[in-house]
Amino acid sequence: MKEFFSNKRKVRGFKEFLYILPFLILVLIFSYYPLYGWVYAFFDYKPPFPLSWDKFVGLKWFKSMVENDIKLKQLLTVMRNTFAMSGISLFFSWFPMIFAVFLNEIKCKPFQKVVQTVTTLPNFISWVLVYSIAYSVFNSTGVVNSIGMKLGLFDTPQMFLQSADHIWFKMWLWLTWKNAGWAAIMYLAAIAGIDEELKEAAKVDGASRMQIIRYITIPSILPTYFVLVMLNLANFLSNGMEQYFVFQNAFNKDSIQVLDLYVYNLAMGSGGYSLSTAISILKSVVSIILLCVTNKVSKLIRGEGFI
Amino acid sequence: MSKEPTMKTKKVKYKVSFGDRLISVLTYIIYSIFAFVCAYPFYYIFINTISANNLSERGKIIFLPKEIHFTNYQQVMKITGLFQALKVSLARTIIGTFVTVIVAAFLGYMFTRETLWHRKLWFRMVAATMYFNAGIIPWFITMKNLGLTNNFWVYIFPVAVQPFYIILCKTFVESVPKELQDAAEIDGAGTLRIFFQIIIPVIKPILATVAIFAAVAQWNSFQDTLLLVTDDKLYTLQYTLYNYINQASSLKALVNNSSSMEALAASLAHASTATSIRMTVTIVVVTPIILVYPIFQRFFTKGIMIGAVKG
Repeated sequence: MKEFFSNKRKVRGFKEFLYILPFLILVLIFSYYPLYGWVYAFFDYKPPFPLSWDKFVGLKWFKSMVENDIKLKQLLTVMRNTFAMSGISLFFSWFPMIFAVFLNEIKCKPFQKVVQTVTTLPNFISWVLVYSIAYSVFNSTGVVNSIGMKLGLFDTPQMFLQSADHIWFKMWLWLTWKNAGWAAIMYLAAIAGIDEELKEAAKVDGASRMQIIRYITIPSILPTYFVLVMLNLANFLSNGMEQYFVFQNAFNKDSIQVLDLYVYNLAMGSGGYSLSTAISILKSVVSIILLCVTNKVSKLIRGEGFI
Repeated sequence: MSKEPTMKTKKVKYKVSFGDRLISVLTYIIYSIFAFVCAYPFYYIFINTISANNLSERGKIIFLPKEIHFTNYQQVMKITGLFQALKVSLARTIIGTFVTVIVAAFLGYMFTRETLWHRKLWFRMVAATMYFNAGIIPWFITMKNLGLTNNFWVYIFPVAVQPFYIILCKTFVESVPKELQDAAEIDGAGTLRIFFQIIIPVIKPILATVAIFAAVAQWNSFQDTLLLVTDDKLYTLQYTLYNYINQASSLKALVNNSSSMEALAASLAHASTATSIRMTVTIVVVTPIILVYPIFQRFFTKGIMIGAVKG
């Protein structure tokens, strides 16, 4: 009787497996099967022709990255850009936290609500739209140039989007414009979870608002901050390409090209399929190592990882 | 600092020092600037689309619209290709969201079924895909081999199974009392019947969250069109807008082509310009987001809290 029951369970479990099988196949096709494409990094692949063994070149592309001076120089520039952009956002990663802390201090609830709503909105529009907005506001007849010229800040229209000046910082500003409000929500949720009694007790003891922020609010949300910094670190090489793709042009290309964008430009622009695959393999390997290391660090410090 | 013994209040109050007050004022000012910087660009573009085009072309519209008209919106609808792009964007958003949500709910539920054969293994297999990515070229070649380039379904299938949404649903299902499922099982309900009749109604809140996340992602998606689609019948609004910004010259030609006779007839104030078209299309693309945004706001805090617990 017992065996019959467990058999029935087994049959049912297998039937359930059949239900999810189509979706597992989708995952295999769209997430695992593309990994097979990594072999292109070891061949001399020219798109219309299928792969054949006589095109096998071994580690040629990997070696060419360091042996070919032009490529090496290009790659170093790209790495510099990647490190600069990721570095700046890491350096300012405290910003959404402070944004949330002081937003939470605002007494006038409607004002708080409006600020929160309005600053979160840009997170939900695409980078193409952000660029379209940037173009409208900053082009030669845009509002910034109109007002700037009226106030006499400059005589001729400034080409804000066409110049490479401060491009790393500008990219960080756009990123912050888009994401800060959204990132703050996570901290606001954490702040809402702080025990009110703790704050009341501090008030009774005569703590000022700044003291409460410093000794109660911030320490309570530091764990959240820590997790986000770790995630930031793990994604250090992956800035994504969309933002930089839409903002890139002939004038700023040298300083805006991050690793993800470089891989795209290399393949789609100049047909370097194999080299570009080789670079993305190296990137993936480094990213996975970073993820494991940061996860380990998180485990050591907090007692739990984030994977 | 001496305390005033005469001051008797029931509620404990902060000591309001000069510093505190200064901070208070500063916060209001700084947050007002933030809010302005985030909201003004949308407003600026909107008032430009409804103002006289010759004024807007010269950057004269800054705070208030002048000589209000709505011909820009009528003009934009006449551009061949734009309406098609709108249809594609709507179709991918509706179909894509539906598929993603159903799959997330179903797998989220199935991964809580203890009877499922090798449950942990499959769950890990799906969840692991969050952490790696083959890269653009292998992806491109895979899609080509599968015949998904220049195919509408490239917008749907690759994003159907999304581990993050599945985890959100799974966490939610786990919080539902097990007795509900057990009772149904005693009544002889099968796995699928439990899913459709019991699980789905109970997990509606999380499904709404996932639906809105997925819909916004579909609407905003740009990279897939850029990489995998060259057939202009399958261009999305985002991609079309991107082209409009970068091809001001051809845009002018487009305007002159589509309405050369009307341009002569129309006054200078109403004739389309590259600027007016770009801005009007921007408003068209951003409006759906602004419309669903209030609904969104109700759900996302909930979603992010669940995500935060897990993540």
